[in-house]
Amino acid sequence: MRFLFKTNYEQDVRLFQHGGQVFWYAVLAVLVLVAPLVLSDYLVGEAAFVFILAIAGVGLMLLTGYTGLVSLGHAAFLGIGAYGEAYLLSKGVPFPISMLLAALIAGATGFLIGLPTLRLSGVYLAIATFGFALIVSEILAKWESVTRGFNGFRVPRIVMFGETLRQDWHLYYISLAVLVVVILGVLNLLRSPTGRAFIAIRDSEVAAQSLGVNLTVYKTLAFALSAAITGLAGALYAHKLNFLSPDGFNIILSIQLLLMIVVGGLGSLHGAVFGALFVGALPSVIGILRGELPRVIAEQPGLEPLIFGLILVLTIIFEPYGIYGRWLKLKLYFQLFPLYRRATFRRTKAFLKSGRR
Amino acid sequence: MTTMIEVEGLSVAFGGVRAVDQVSFGVEKGEIFSIIGPNGAGKTTVFNLISRLYDATAGRIVFEGRDISRLSADRIAAAGIARTFQNIELFENASVLKNLLLGRHAHRRTSVFSELLFLPKVRRQEIENRSIVEDVIDFLDLAHHRDARVAGLPYGVRKVVELGRALAATPRLLLLDEPSSGLNPEETEDLSFWIRDIRDDLGITVMMVEHDMGLVGRVSDRVLALNEGKVLAVGTPSAVQSNPAVVEAYLGS
Ligand SMILES: Nc1ncnc2c1ncn2[C@@H]1O[C@H](COP(=O)(O)OP(=O)(O)O)[C@@H](O)[C@H]1O
Ligand SMILES: [Mg+2]
Repeated sequence: MRFLFKTNYEQDVRLFQHGGQVFWYAVLAVLVLVAPLVLSDYLVGEAAFVFILAIAGVGLMLLTGYTGLVSLGHAAFLGIGAYGEAYLLSKGVPFPISMLLAALIAGATGFLIGLPTLRLSGVYLAIATFGFALIVSEILAKWESVTRGFNGFRVPRIVMFGETLRQDWHLYYISLAVLVVVILGVLNLLRSPTGRAFIAIRDSEVAAQSLGVNLTVYKTLAFALSAAITGLAGALYAHKLNFLSPDGFNIILSIQLLLMIVVGGLGSLHGAVFGALFVGALPSVIGILRGELPRVIAEQPGLEPLIFGLILVLTIIFEPYGIYGRWLKLKLYFQLFPLYRRATFRRTKAFLKSGRR
Repeated sequence: MTTMIEVEGLSVAFGGVRAVDQVSFGVEKGEIFSIIGPNGAGKTTVFNLISRLYDATAGRIVFEGRDISRLSADRIAAAGIARTFQNIELFENASVLKNLLLGRHAHRRTSVFSELLFLPKVRRQEIENRSIVEDVIDFLDLAHHRDARVAGLPYGVRKVVELGRALAATPRLLLLDEPSSGLNPEETEDLSFWIRDIRDDLGITVMMVEHDMGLVGRVSDRVLALNEGKVLAVGTPSAVQSNPAVVEAYLGS
């Protein structure tokens, strides 16, 4: 028995597999493009922050969700990107170039971190990256000639086409553009040998090697790319913050980034974006919660990390594929509603019977 | 006839256990060559030495006239050797198609930068990869499962997917580690036809570790019997099976 869908490989390597996807993404694009016209300045700013988080999420997703290397230190790359951007702008490097250089610095750091941690995996890697992030935050605090230490660093405004960009909607569109470019680049990687090599390392190192995947090369590459993308997010984050202080890039931020991709759904770019929406909305939710809780609990300083940790653990236990996984299950359920079980059952049987013809 | 792979005095020990001890044999191009022996005989270790996952303490492996004893494990696929694993090593959270496409990795000709932009040469390469993988899907009847995630598939199908992934690499030597273990008689029957077709139609030399003596007898040109890391006998399936030392090794275990 032959199946007709083998005929067109052109279609298989396309980004969008069918017209329905194109339609919905076009609708989304229009909505996102007109949103600043109708939303309040505050919400536009928050949306820009979600885009920035999503960029960092895509970066971390590449490393943790696709290559299987857990990082508890990604706030450091965000920090390197942010300080890199602020420093380069203050030295007169023009905007898009400053951002790209900041990403390059973060990427190079990621490459250097990737090398010694190659032999580590799982919890040990998480601890090592955590240690690395501690060192970076120390450096940010002590290297005053560059970072201005605890005096803080006022981030110079972006100047483009002779205009100083200070509005929320400026950052909104810049972040959106960067997010789209990053997602397209990563999608391209994922439908190419490099992206598949990352997935291979995640699922079986020994099989990956036997198929020709050089573990050293691809693990350091994953680290470097992930760090560069996160650095890009950091450069934009600098403009969201306007004022940088070394303690802003701490373990809580690293956990938030990890939380984002785990809650969103590991191993999918949708997951990174959903997770960014979730984490972006979380502080407001916690703020409302604070108002409702008894004062003794609400005023505990450790409340936020506690809630983050709780959500992380609950997600891993109850919904390991995250928000995106839940969405896929729902979609499949409604698409196949009465037939779901029967159809899957029939397939298995058909295969068992398939003798050689 | 030309020699495909020549193994000379191959040895490796794990904490005093001589898992493989002075093993020598040669496999001709176009042969189906089976390795048999009781559990723990060192069969899988021989495969792991050839795929360079383990470093031999002594001996040489010459593949198509080229010494591969010092090659790193990730160069073996490009050299022309593909394999399956005794305990299935698939990429569980990826689709069958992605798994098979990974079989093509050693043939990669593109750089990361061209892939980030998905330049025309990347597209051409992907289309070429797809057409090779689709041939494998046809050959192994995997079309039903093409887009399924491996983790949800029955054991028998996963074994076939792993075979497919090795074939997608278009190797000249294929190492199969217990390909029939866990398969039902019908699936084993399919497998025996496939193994012969792999040799006859695809021209791939096959080395196989196998316990099912029926399957070994049906497909093998020659058999090597191993026990406690040492070669007991090499020859035709019937000659090896009636060899007194082999009979004793099996009864003794
Ligand atoms: N990585 C390893 N570390 C320690 N011992 C090993 C390792 N691989 C194989 N061995 C030992 O080598 C011997 C042969 O194993 P193996 O080649 O797997 O046997 P089989 O013939 O059943 O495939 C066994 O005693 C096994 O315990
Ligand atoms: Mg074995």
